[in-house]
Amino acid sequence: MIRIIDLHKSFGPKEVLRGVNLTIEKGETMVVIGQSGSGKSVLIKHLIGLLKPDSGEIFIDDVEITRLDDDELMRVTRKFGLLFQGAALFDSMTVAENVRFGLERYTRLNEEEIRKRASESLALVGLNDAECLMPFELSGGMKKRVGLARAIAYRPEIILYDEPSTGIDPIRADAINDLINKLKNDLGITSVVITHDMVSSYKVADRIAMLYDGEIIEVGTPEEIRNSRNAIIQQFIHGQAEGPIKDG
Amino acid sequence: MANLSPNALLLGTFEQLGAVGWLFFKTMKNLFRRPREHHILLQQLEEIGVRSLPVVSLTAAFGGLVFGFQTYTGFHRYIGPGSETFAGPIITLGLAKELIPILVGLMISGRVGSSIAAEIGTMKITEQIDALHSLGANPIRYLVVPRTLAAFFMLPCLTLYGDIIGILCGYFYNVVLMGVNRVMYVQNTLMYLEIWDVATGLIKSCVFGVVIAIVGCWQGMETEGGAEGVGRATTRTVVISSISILILNFFISKLLPATLKGG
Repeated sequence: MIRIIDLHKSFGPKEVLRGVNLTIEKGETMVVIGQSGSGKSVLIKHLIGLLKPDSGEIFIDDVEITRLDDDELMRVTRKFGLLFQGAALFDSMTVAENVRFGLERYTRLNEEEIRKRASESLALVGLNDAECLMPFELSGGMKKRVGLARAIAYRPEIILYDEPSTGIDPIRADAINDLINKLKNDLGITSVVITHDMVSSYKVADRIAMLYDGEIIEVGTPEEIRNSRNAIIQQFIHGQAEGPIKDG
Repeated sequence: MANLSPNALLLGTFEQLGAVGWLFFKTMKNLFRRPREHHILLQQLEEIGVRSLPVVSLTAAFGGLVFGFQTYTGFHRYIGPGSETFAGPIITLGLAKELIPILVGLMISGRVGSSIAAEIGTMKITEQIDALHSLGANPIRYLVVPRTLAAFFMLPCLTLYGDIIGILCGYFYNVVLMGVNRVMYVQNTLMYLEIWDVATGLIKSCVFGVVIAIVGCWQGMETEGGAEGVGRATTRTVVISSISILILNFFISKLLPATLKGG
């Protein structure tokens, strides 16, 4: 279970998170929606210890992680897989080496098992034949899928998806949504999905949380969010330019 | 920068010194921790050491030639014909103690420091450093430690290699081109040269190696703002490490004894 309590984070004078509170249950898929630049990526980077909050607490299975040192944090981050918005593939390594990277560090599998697991993970995202390619030879969508294969290869308990459908065609995006659901149903993986794609949100979410102005303003099932009386949420989910949400 | 008050500038300088000091501390802390990234260390030994040989060869060769030329001219003009045989120890001492460590340090800061900053800077802006962290690799252990160790070990090797090339070129200019007495030249060189003179240069180059790697990694990790940021980081790396090398060279020269014979 993930518990975020009163999380604050500023970058210089800009206050990005202003007291975020959110609980994500084990095995649940929580989708965090919000405008671009609303701090969604900042929020998930806190979960994995990539950013330290100014104040507030984050509990991962009852371990408070914001004050852990680097080595203690590594033990906790073993539970996480992270799909980066821009894939963040290591550009000096082949696709297979990228996928093997976490396996070699996080598991005790032997060489043959690592090779097999890497191939399986790539097959899951439909990239069986891409093992020997370098990242610069891949399209944006392929990079994203390799990033996903890398994130799921070592079977983490929690997967954080930062904009999983951005830069991918609708059919591939839907396949990724199916994969998120499959990982949840088959392996009981907890997922946190950051997106502003409402089609994906409705398809994968058990619950949806809306981040606005540095705070979670509402949490609910997709149905509850769809029927919310909050004008901000209605404007956002219907993608309307007019309403209480103003640009910037 | 021009609009900053002196106080803000001073504060900014201390902040930067604190950041680089903290990175150095974390690097030292992670030096002997597992897992060790041996394959990265080997890659970096090759990148910093082997691939720098051409540039060090050229620099040392022309450094030795021009030093040989000026020393020959000095002795010939001010002391008189025949005294040029004393150019040998002067060239050897000057090259081994000062000129080659500095030239190698400056060349490597340009070639290697900038490439470290560019590589790590690009990794930073494309979130590859965050990816390392999320996949169980400590970025300090994976990126900074191997580069620092490789620079620490390779700079003295390159300096020693540069010493040999430079001294041979000094010899070539004086003995082969200008006809200075070969036996006297070598005899004088061996009479006045101490192993400590060479060791001093090697000690300096170890320090320069650490400075180049740490500054490059630090600037890389501080990179922000896309391609422009990477460009800024590489430029700053070369400027900061070059200035640091020149300043540190003076202080190390002052701190280390001139000879171990008590002279």
